Formats: sequence, C-alpha cells, structure tokens
Amino acid sequence: MAKRVGIEVSLAISEAVKLANVDAIAAYPITPQTHIVEHLSELVADGELDAAFIPVESEHSAMSVCAGTSAAGARTYTATSSQGLALMNEILYIIPALRLPVVMTIANRAISGPISIWNDHSDIMGVRDTGWIAVFAENGQEAFDLSLMAFKIAEDHRVLLPISVNIDGFTLSHVIEPHEFLGQEEVDKFLPEYKPAVQLNPDAPVSMGTVGIPEIFTEAKKCQDEVLKGSEAVVKEVFAEFGEMFGREYKVVETYRSEGAETLLMTMGSVSETAMEAIDKMRDEGKAVGLIRLRLWRPFPVEALRAEMVGVKTLAVIDRAVSFGGTGGPVASEVRSALYSIDQAPYVASFIAGLGGRDITIDDFIMVVGQAERMAAEKEIHQYKMIGVRE
Amino acid sequence: MTKKFNEKAWHEYDLGFMVSKPGCAAEYRTGDWRSQRPQTNKDKCIKCGVCYLVCPEGAIVLAADGTYDFDLEHCKGCGICATECWTGCISMAEEGE
Ligand code: SF4
Ligand code: SF4
Repeated sequence: MAKRVGIEVSLAISEAVKLANVDAIAAYPITPQTHIVEHLSELVADGELDAAFIPVESEHSAMSVCAGTSAAGARTYTATSSQGLALMNEILYIIPALRLPVVMTIANRAISGPISIWNDHSDIMGVRDTGWIAVFAENGQEAFDLSLMAFKIAEDHRVLLPISVNIDGFTLSHVIEPHEFLGQEEVDKFLPEYKPAVQLNPDAPVSMGTVGIPEIFTEAKKCQDEVLKGSEAVVKEVFAEFGEMFGREYKVVETYRSEGAETLLMTMGSVSETAMEAIDKMRDEGKAVGLIRLRLWRPFPVEALRAEMVGVKTLAVIDRAVSFGGTGGPVASEVRSALYSIDQAPYVASFIAGLGGRDITIDDFIMVVGQAERMAAEKEIHQYKMIGVRE
Repeated sequence: MTKKFNEKAWHEYDLGFMVSKPGCAAEYRTGDWRSQRPQTNKDKCIKCGVCYLVCPEGAIVLAADGTYDFDLEHCKGCGICATECWTGCISMAEEGE
C-alpha cells in the first residue's frame, strides 16, 4: 500500500531509482543534483541497493560509462545539472544513436556565465536536439512517479531510447514535500526486469558505434527520428498504465482550468504551480483564462497541443531560457511552428522569465496575461520579450 | 536475395546501426578514395605471399597461378605492399579518375 512520506524531492527520486532496481549508476556530483546521487551511493554502500555505483572524474566520463553499462545490458541511471550536462554533450548524442535506454534526472540549473547555481532551463534547451526523450515534473510526486515511468518508457522495445526527467533545481530538488511512495512489489509489477534487445556479449559479438558512411548515415538519422517520434505513443501508454495501477493521471500536455478559456498561459516545470494560483485568481475575477503545461518536451507533442487550441485566441508562452538572437523563446518557437498551419491559430506571445533563479510571481503571471492580450488585440509583431528586466 | 547494405530502407538495419555480422565491411566499397593503385609486374613475382600478409585491408587475393591480385574495391592505395615486396615487382600508379 502507498505510504505518505515527507522527504526532500532529491531523496524521493533516489528512492524511486532504488525501487526501479537499477544495475549501474555512474555520476559526478554537481549542484543542485548532488543529493540524488549522494543518497544513491549511500543506498549502495549500505547494501540496500544491489548496483554498481561507479564514481568518475567528470560528467563526460559519467555518460561514457552509462553508454558502456547500458550496452552491456544493465539498467543504467545518472543525474546531472547545468555545466555537467554541457560536459556530457558529446556522449549525449551517442546514447540514442546506439539505442541505449539510459535514464537521467536533470536538476535544471542555469548555464554559466555569469556563474549561476540557480534554476532555469538553459541547460536542457542546449541539449534539445541530442535525441533524448525529455519530460518535465512540476512537484516531488511527479518527479518520483516520472522517474519510475522513465525506465518503462525507455526500455520498451519499440523505443529503446534514453530519457531525461527534468526537475527545477532547488525550487524542486531541495524542497521537502509529501510523497506517496510505492511498495517494491507493486513497482516490480509495473516495471519488470530490463530485457535488452541486444547487448554486448562475447558469445554473440556485435560492434556498436561503428562508422556510418554516406550511403547509410541518412537512413540512420531517419530511423532515430522515427523511433523518437513514435515514442510519444509509448509515453502515453505508460502514463495510462501508471494511472490505472496507482491512480495518478499524467498527460503529455496537461491543462488547468482551460475549458472555455480565450487566453492560455503556457509553462513547463515547477512554475506551473504558481501559474495555477494566478489562474485561480483571474478566474475568480471572471476572466476566461486557463493554463497549459507541457509535460513532454521531446518528442514535441504537436497533435496534443493543437487539440487544446480550440477557441483559444491568445497564448502566452513562458520560456525559462534565451535562444540568443532567435525568433522566440525555445518553447514559444516550437509552439509557433506547431500551430502555424492550423485554422484560427492563436496569437502566440513569447516571454522569457525566471532566468538564473529569479522568481516568477503570481503578479508576474497576471501581468503577462494582460500584456499578451493587449499585444494580441494590437496584433503586435514581436519575436520575444524578456520580462522583469530593469531598464 | 538479401539486400546489400546500401539498398536497405531505414528500418531494415540492425538496432542502433550496430554490426552483428563479422566481416561485413567487405560489402562496402571502401576503395573509392584511393589516389594511387598498386600494380604487379608478374614476371618478377616469386609467389612468396609477403604482400598478401602485410596488406592491412585484406585487399590482396591469391590468383590461380600462385601470384596475387588486388581487390580494388577495398584497396586504399597505402603502398605498403609495394614497399614490402622483396623483388620490387609491385609499383604504385596514379589513379586516373
Ligand atoms: S596498396 Fe595497401 S591496401 Fe592496397 S593492396 Fe597494397 S597494401 Fe593493400
Ligand atoms: S611480395 Fe612481391 S614477390 Fe612476393 S608474392 Fe607479393 S608481389 Fe609477388
């Protein structure tokens, strides 16, 4: 039976990874992810988790070890943040190309410089095109649940791709929240042992990571892209199965009080909870405003997003990273592309906020909605606006 | 008939484009970027087989008469065979086109 435990979100994630009964963990400590792997190393040292904990000298090595252990058929986990993720970059591309179902928690933190240990989404946006599945959690319970679901999604033989579970650094990683833990037996029923499709095995040798000459490289990329796009169906399946077994529902695109809304706010990650309060306040005042929260960032859930746009006139997208000199915030640019060809597409206003640990308050969200509606009414041509900047 | 490596559709390859069949590089034409090709003056060849042993590409094949021929689909033109041949009967010629 589920028991409620008050625990730091980082430690809850470690417990989920333990319940997933991983075989190998390779990680390098970096703020604000450290507590996750620190606790995992304790669980391994205390004999509570039978796994190889492989300390390494850098994140580049951490991800390289993960490639090796996963290729050898081990259920593999790692976690990182910011500069650590940046240092993994080269190997991040290799993992999905080799179809290795590594699971990684990213405690999202701003990329330097200036040096910042605080939260935004510039780390994950920098690795957008590496070919990983990416999901976002808004609170500790979701982080716990998604960490378990991540293994099931990644290891499905129709997928066999790595996945990152993104949690906001500090605002989520370091807070103590109540979590409903699951028992080992029920987790085992949900998440059976990992059965690799192919693994490194001296009795049936294979070579992984060979040269792809021009005659096959395009086919290799096409295959990777099709499999990643196809993983959305598996993500939905796993969400549904989890909901049936444990009663907590997940969707690739989540909404909040969006029925009949003419204006939608759009967020990703833990700020969604503040945004919900802002929506409540505006709804109380009789405004037709709702919220849309992107859970699945890659593959981008184009159809699920379009389905939420009926009757929507204005969409105010909050991005927590800058695409310098680009056409919009990273999320807003995708949203504009996804909605460009539909009939009666809403006006998409792109706002950058919450960089490097700056709070986004309820009043900020209310201001953003007002500004977006004014811009939509005036059909203002803009690319993106940074809000809350001292001028 | 099984398709050659460069005839397969994107979904017909091994998982992660790994190689599960030893020696399958032989299916690839890897000699295309050669700038020099080896040629033998067979009158001087003593059939010692040294060229066959030293070729790093396995691109030298035994002919019916005991001399050796070059598999030019895979020869890289490195010239090792020409350097190592005892009798100097292998020479390297510029590739025309
Ligand atoms: S030139 Fe090099 S690759 Fe070609 S046959 Fe001689 S040794 Fe082999
Ligand atoms: S090394 Fe020279 S002499 Fe010996 S077999 Fe080869 S071509 Fe003939």
